[in-house]
Amino acid sequence: MRVVLAEDVFLLRDGLIRTLQEHGCEVVAVDNGPSLLRALLDDGDAAPDVAVVDVRLPPTFTDEGLQAALEARRRRPGLPVLILSQYVEQLYANELLAGGEGAVGYLLKDRVTHTEQFIDAVRRVAAGGTVMDPQVISRLLLRSDARGTIGSLTPRERDVLELMAEGRSNAAIATGLHISESAVAKHTASIFTKLRIGPSADDNRRVLAVLAYLKR
Amino acid sequence: MFAEPRAVASRAGVALGRCQLVSLHALAVPVVGSLVVLALLLVPVGVGFLLLPPAARALRGLSDRARARADRWTGVRIGPPEPLPVDRALNARKRSGAIIADEGFWRDLAWAWLEPVAGGLLVAVPLALVEYGVFGALVQPFIWQLLDDGNWYAFVPVHSTATMGAALVLGLVFLAAGLLAAPATLRLHTRMSRPLLSAPRRIQLARRVERLTDTRTRALDAQAAELRRIERDLHDGAQARLVALGMTLDRATRLLETDPAAARELLLDVRRTSEGALQDLRDLVHGIHPPVLADRGLGDAVRSLALDSFLDVHVETRLPDRLPAPVESATYFAVSEALANAAKHSGARAVGIALTHENGLLRATVTDDGHGGADPARGTGLAGVRQRLDTFDGTLDLHSPQGGPTTVTMEIPCALSSPKTSSS
Repeated sequence: MRVVLAEDVFLLRDGLIRTLQEHGCEVVAVDNGPSLLRALLDDGDAAPDVAVVDVRLPPTFTDEGLQAALEARRRRPGLPVLILSQYVEQLYANELLAGGEGAVGYLLKDRVTHTEQFIDAVRRVAAGGTVMDPQVISRLLLRSDARGTIGSLTPRERDVLELMAEGRSNAAIATGLHISESAVAKHTASIFTKLRIGPSADDNRRVLAVLAYLKR
Repeated sequence: MFAEPRAVASRAGVALGRCQLVSLHALAVPVVGSLVVLALLLVPVGVGFLLLPPAARALRGLSDRARARADRWTGVRIGPPEPLPVDRALNARKRSGAIIADEGFWRDLAWAWLEPVAGGLLVAVPLALVEYGVFGALVQPFIWQLLDDGNWYAFVPVHSTATMGAALVLGLVFLAAGLLAAPATLRLHTRMSRPLLSAPRRIQLARRVERLTDTRTRALDAQAAELRRIERDLHDGAQARLVALGMTLDRATRLLETDPAAARELLLDVRRTSEGALQDLRDLVHGIHPPVLADRGLGDAVRSLALDSFLDVHVETRLPDRLPAPVESATYFAVSEALANAAKHSGARAVGIALTHENGLLRATVTDDGHGGADPARGTGLAGVRQRLDTFDGTLDLHSPQGGPTTVTMEIPCALSSPKTSSS
């Protein structure tokens, strides 16, 4: 798997390169916005499988990384991008999800300390999936809860919804909650009925539907 | 502006009524002014000493009313001069002396001469136009037949149905002109009398210095308090967690050989602690300067606030690229506080936030559809916001009638920052 990595802090970049390489990734590392855009767009046929991007990059030290990633996705629709940030901003998550085509992820930087989960997220985004940080999801859940829109769910269904919105598959949810996969399937069916989300075969569309519902 | 003809008409009508009031007031001014002059003339004979203080006070009463009206009608705030020196302990002679030495008194007197001549004549223009217009449009059609050839309306000799029609049209034109001119006349009148009604420049400057000293002191206090808070948060939060983390790591190192299972537990503990420390730092940074504000500026930062709110928040911004960073920050926290108040106390479901920057003035309004009745005296939130805005000469207005809706309006005068700070 070819990964373009954009991170300007040397310590983190070094650690990320190692982690990715240990899991069999071929890494191209850049440390600023313009070279990130070049690495994502100018390679011609050898497009990267996924870009792992820090929101804040030189030269402006604002949201340069996010802007470059969004621009790259405008020119190459569906280009998989996983954004890493010190902060989870709903606004940025919305901008990433705006196209509605998936192959995006948005994680807090410290999630990389859980190597397996981080690599899993990279793989899922590269495969066209959607990965959202638990913090984004829990804030959305809190909000929806305060508006009384998910009051009809049982606590267990809420746990399942949370993991589903993060972009996990039924198998992963089953492992995470220590329940059987068929129980997860039962819960998801019930959630979809209660939230009036149409059935969908595609895992990724399932996540987008949940997110759209939560943001309402 | 002319999209609402009825609103324009009613505004013009109100302005016309005010012109009438001003012109009546302009009749009272010379009477009192003459009294003052009489008192001054009688000073050499002694009676003037007794007459001057009450006359001067009456004149000040009139000028105070003129200032209040300027504020109420045209929104022009005129800083009053220092109050008249009225020390009751002094005798009449000394009191009169103090009044004569007062700069504000002489300005009042000068205004008393100018107001009836310039001001009175000025406000009479729309009144005369309207009255003459009414005469042409409503009275001429009925009386022209009774009059002989000498009946003229303005430049129209009215002696046939056709010329009567022309007079009627002309009368309507005068009427409309008078009505439309009334608001502008009021504004012009205020602008004309402002130099004499406002406090002398020296006093204005002294007041400004006083105010600046005051806000600077408060700004420094607030800054010091903020630094103390950050220090305490770091000390009790992230720092403490990192120390705990070091201790746990030390224990884990020692257990590594003898009890790997326990060491593993400790290491998992370390990870949790480090996550907690990161969260502490994150919250701290958010409280100092939210990242979106730094990245994107005020508009997007407020949009992000809206996304996080439990309420339905609609944000409308008309802002230039970036504003000066301190102003952005103050406004952001002010809006955040207003939004939090709306969520906590108002019982609102929807909130509208509007941000505009016009003529060097940044204005933020937060309107909710709650039950109103917000009291700025209760709670420290709004007081804190007011203090924050004070530092920038900003203002905060709370309008919250019982039954709602509540509107918080914040204004900060600010120039644009240089273009180099614009984000790419």
